Amino acid sequence: MAEILFKLLEMTIIIALLIPIAAMLVWVERRMIGIWQDRLGPNRVGPFGILQSLADLLKILGKEDWIPPFSERLVFTIAPVIGAVCVLMSFAVIPFSPSIGVSDLNIGLLFFLAMASLSVYSVVLAGWASNSKYALLGGMRAAAQTISYEVFMGLSVMGVVLLTGSFNLREIVIAQESGWLIQTQFLGFIIFLIAGIAESHRLPFDLPEAETELTAGFHTEYSGLKFALFFLGEYLSVTLISAMSVVLFFGGWLMPEPLASWLPPLVWFILKILFFVMFFILLRTSLPRPRFDQLLSFGWKYMLPLALINLLATAAFKLGGFYG
Amino acid sequence: MSNSATSLSQAHLMMGLNSLQLMFYFAAALAIVASLKVVTGKNTVHSLLYLVVSLLAVAVCFYLMGAPFAAGLEVIVYAGAILVLFVFAIMMFGLGQDETLKAPQAHAFKLSNINIWFGPSLIAALLLAQLIFAIDNSAVQEKLTSNIIEAKQVGILLYGPYLLAVEIASFLLLAGLIAGYHFAKPEGVSLGHNDLDKQKETGGHS
Repeated sequence: MAEILFKLLEMTIIIALLIPIAAMLVWVERRMIGIWQDRLGPNRVGPFGILQSLADLLKILGKEDWIPPFSERLVFTIAPVIGAVCVLMSFAVIPFSPSIGVSDLNIGLLFFLAMASLSVYSVVLAGWASNSKYALLGGMRAAAQTISYEVFMGLSVMGVVLLTGSFNLREIVIAQESGWLIQTQFLGFIIFLIAGIAESHRLPFDLPEAETELTAGFHTEYSGLKFALFFLGEYLSVTLISAMSVVLFFGGWLMPEPLASWLPPLVWFILKILFFVMFFILLRTSLPRPRFDQLLSFGWKYMLPLALINLLATAAFKLGGFYG
Repeated sequence: MSNSATSLSQAHLMMGLNSLQLMFYFAAALAIVASLKVVTGKNTVHSLLYLVVSLLAVAVCFYLMGAPFAAGLEVIVYAGAILVLFVFAIMMFGLGQDETLKAPQAHAFKLSNINIWFGPSLIAALLLAQLIFAIDNSAVQEKLTSNIIEAKQVGILLYGPYLLAVEIASFLLLAGLIAGYHFAKPEGVSLGHNDLDKQKETGGHS
């Protein structure tokens, strides 16, 4: 009984920390983009503008939560919840440190992929239920993009599974004690990262919500708290993709010896995640958005063969005893 | 089964299994209700969403029966990919609200159309009988709860004794792929890298 209570407490703490962190990321992103673009960014609310997210939240709570009369009411309301729930569920299988982590599911990696593929319903249904042209186009783009990039995401992590011999994320981290997988799976990492950006539809792959063509894409008709949920889901999935990159390719909480004793494992894990979150933000500031057909043909013509070659080479080296 | 495993499963029977069984039957009931909603619903997209719920419930059943790998694949492949494509097609063709209004009424159920309803009913009844037999059979029940099948075992089976079936399935998929490619290609145009303009001239619709 005490064990169950402890698990519940752990889940509550993780969710209670994740959501404010995701909200803070909005401020971090705006501030960092400001610095990289040689301007200040939001710096008025609190020291360094750190309370900007709080101000945004208050503003969004004060807005009218409008459901358009021409929309499909039930699906329109459910859609943003699906997205946020799917991303939060994925955090259940992430091992944060040797002792922290909600579940050591034996199929943890598959669970992550399953949740990633389910979260597309959020965007697609939002686009359909809004019953408006722009939203529908955004939803259809999201469906095509996510289905395509899911394939490479799955293939790119199979190299990791081959080398560690497990779908269990905790075992994958422990298997990297002798060396991070980035050494042998560099190509897999690059493909995973690109697919991850496409899955969380962040710039430069944010075609489902490309504001220059589709006003706001799938969330054109959304306002108030429902829009905030979409926003939250997006920042949570940025954190999730960063966390997964760290777990799969950068040794999770592990660090080489002189560094490992300086800080606790959990802190190292968070620092590594922050590094990747910053990288995502830097990508957003520096890259232009491709055309939609360019995005899809890039995926199928370059990413898919590369992912297959990576898998083939990894399997061949593994069979040849190259990795010892 | 070794001795300790037997005593373990007996201990489960005493305390833990009941809650597991409860979860299993809850998920199974959910799957049945959702499947009924799929075939009785009037809105196409709502029916598809019920189908997603039904597939997720079946995945939970798989998981509780000790097949986590099958459960994961069920969610990834069926709920996550195939049904997204269904939703995509329905959005593309603008189906959705109340398709039954447009459907011809001739196919409505009539007792006199025995040649239409007899065959499917017979097959469904046979399946139902088999299912009831399987649920009722205690030997099957024991099998359901005794061991967990890992991904590794599934892989060894797929690429060992069942390799031929895997190859045949991949042939089928390849045929589908080629057919899809053939249909998507606009007539008389070889689609290269950047010939969107050419496509416009010929009025191709890919």
